[in-house]
Amino acid sequence: MLAHIWSHFDYWAMIFLAMAGLFIVIARGNLIKKLVGLGIFQTSVYLLYVAPGKIVGGTAPIVAEGFRVYSNPLPHVLILTAIVVGVATLALGLALVVRIREAYDSIEEDEILRRDQAPDGGGEA
Amino acid sequence: MNLAAHLPALQVVLPLAAAPLAVLLRGRGAAFMLVTLAAWAAFAVSILLWLQVNASGPISYALGSWAPPWGIEYRVDSLSALLLMLVCGIAAVVLPYARASIERELRQDVHYLFYAMFALCLAGLAGIAITGDAFNLFVFLEISSLSSYVLIALGRDRRALVAAYQYLIMGTIGATFIVVGVGLLYLKTGTLNLADMGVRLQEMTSHRPVLAALAFLTVGISLKLALFPLHQWLPNAYAYAPSAVSAFLAATATKVSVYALLRFYFSVFGETAVFKRLPMEDLMLILALAGMFVASAVAIFQHDLKRLFAYSSVAQVGYIVLGISFDSVTGLTATIAHLVNHAVTKGGLFLLLGAVMAGMGGTTLARVHGIGRVMPLTAFGIVLCGLGLIGVPGTAGFVSKWYLILAALEKGQWWLVFLIVASSLLAVAYVWRFVEAAYFHAPRADLAAVREAPAGLAIPAWTLVGATIWFGLDTSVTVGSAARAAAMLLGTGAP
Amino acid sequence: MTRDMVLRVVAKLLIPFILLFALYVQFHGDFGPGGGFQAGVILAAAMVFYAVIFGLDNARKVLPDRLVETMVAAGVLLYLGVGAAGLLLGGNFLDYFVLAADPVAGQHRGIFWIELGVAITVCGVMLKVFYLFAGRGPEEEQ
Repeated sequence: MLAHIWSHFDYWAMIFLAMAGLFIVIARGNLIKKLVGLGIFQTSVYLLYVAPGKIVGGTAPIVAEGFRVYSNPLPHVLILTAIVVGVATLALGLALVVRIREAYDSIEEDEILRRDQAPDGGGEA
Repeated sequence: MNLAAHLPALQVVLPLAAAPLAVLLRGRGAAFMLVTLAAWAAFAVSILLWLQVNASGPISYALGSWAPPWGIEYRVDSLSALLLMLVCGIAAVVLPYARASIERELRQDVHYLFYAMFALCLAGLAGIAITGDAFNLFVFLEISSLSSYVLIALGRDRRALVAAYQYLIMGTIGATFIVVGVGLLYLKTGTLNLADMGVRLQEMTSHRPVLAALAFLTVGISLKLALFPLHQWLPNAYAYAPSAVSAFLAATATKVSVYALLRFYFSVFGETAVFKRLPMEDLMLILALAGMFVASAVAIFQHDLKRLFAYSSVAQVGYIVLGISFDSVTGLTATIAHLVNHAVTKGGLFLLLGAVMAGMGGTTLARVHGIGRVMPLTAFGIVLCGLGLIGVPGTAGFVSKWYLILAALEKGQWWLVFLIVASSLLAVAYVWRFVEAAYFHAPRADLAAVREAPAGLAIPAWTLVGATIWFGLDTSVTVGSAARAAAMLLGTGAP
Repeated sequence: MTRDMVLRVVAKLLIPFILLFALYVQFHGDFGPGGGFQAGVILAAAMVFYAVIFGLDNARKVLPDRLVETMVAAGVLLYLGVGAAGLLLGGNFLDYFVLAADPVAGQHRGIFWIELGVAITVCGVMLKVFYLFAGRGPEEEQ
């Protein structure tokens, strides 16, 4: 049993990171902290892809004399794309937070919701 | 070079190339012309593809000449051809509207960026519908999502920022769930090509990672298509976005996600794996019904028309998912026909609401009192679209609801027929709220001199209203294509 | 920070090597680990370093906003241009095999221009993000 868990430790790491990230997104009211949680959540998925791509004893997939076993390069390429998507998401999220702070003078979710409710009066802008 | 052979590539590349060119040109007139031309060209390409698929079956296009399943394949079959036509058609109608609309709603120095984002969003949505590669689908999903977050945040109201932020959080969680699902499938099958994946999965559909992948994909895509109860991001996002963006996203974004769901359920996992071995039928039935009733009921109590019809969108997604839950050709025909019909109706409705916004300065029910007198055409158009949402005979909504009822009768579920009609009565209630405000109240004193919407706003809106009526009377395009696509998904007809 | 002699001298010494390393990563991407994404980020990092030490205004003089925005668009267009070149030479979209008489040489040529486009866009996007965030200080500084 223990050996089974140990042999899949990369999956356990992934599950822990995913749960931690998702928990932060749900439980925290601070907009920046939510984005941090989202980043951790996304990172956990990178692990899911990259870890199985490694083959024990395998080398970088460049054809050369004397090497027979290569790691699978495809997951790395996919995750390179996913990382770029993650960076773009984070940059856009932070940009939105900057604008929200300028508009509301706060980055706490409950505070922002309260400020919208207060001067509502039918919701006319 | 034979251009006809490269139409699948052009479908995505045309709008994708328009985006950086619009940034380079910077002038808002030039950017508008360029992106609109690209959208029209993309619409023409999608029609040609649709004709080609109808004449000679699915088209496969190997990007970079790397043969599938090793390379990325663009694959157009009867379902994706219909979706492409829908997405590009809506974009082709909304863009001319956007020029007149964002002139009023956006700062002039960001106009070219608006057009660039719009082009990116279109490229992403078209890409989802055309790609035959699971990871490519995720990338296009993120291209369309990221650009739609930006488009929503451009709204005038500061609540647009919060709505865009919430959509970003929910959308990214959904997309990450999809990547986990795709990753698990890749680990099991060693391929990313959707068709190849479907073949290889056949003998391992009850393996645990495959079931986990199914769960992750279902939750992730359901977040994106705003299936009740994962719809929380939708009402605010549609309500506070600029009018043209509300119309475009309401008509296309959730529809393309439904396409992704259909693709994974029927082409990858296969119908038996999803519906015969798991209680997915009951689950989707319950969620669809809950969406239809709860969202319609919430819509009745909204004060803002944009929010009211945004909740109505959640309810309509319920009808679409209801069709999937039948797991029959008639049910899927209803789903796919309702995709198109609802997109056209809701698109027209949000375009008209943009005209209301331009004329009356807002879309709250209190503000649109007496709009039937000051903007008679616009008000009449909204009523027509409202009838389409209810499903009155002669409108597009009737056709798809008719097929839903047929599918329910096929299964012998009489009580469902009653529920479908009952939820349509809720739609009567929320449309009536507009009718009451528009025709049974005097206009506010300061708004009595408002004029009818200018042609730049009215013509695109009425194009979609006209399409709503047209698809209600002539069902050969919508139901014909939908029936072919449904037969292909269930493997009972020619592809 | 701009008056600190040590930082200024170290920055001036380091930045050329950072740029050189970016070029190495860029051109080595053909045969080994590396490529446009990494090179673009390293290039942008050099500029960010410069901006941190010498101030945002000086960085904007070296690479004006307008140029950065053009880079964002130009890289994507270069990428699409390679794709279109494949089309024009009789292959499919993004077909590198037809870019040269020998298919392997065609692959090299194709990936070279693609990675260049990627590097330009990534560098442009990173700098654009940095400029936008750095240029938008808290209220009291405005």
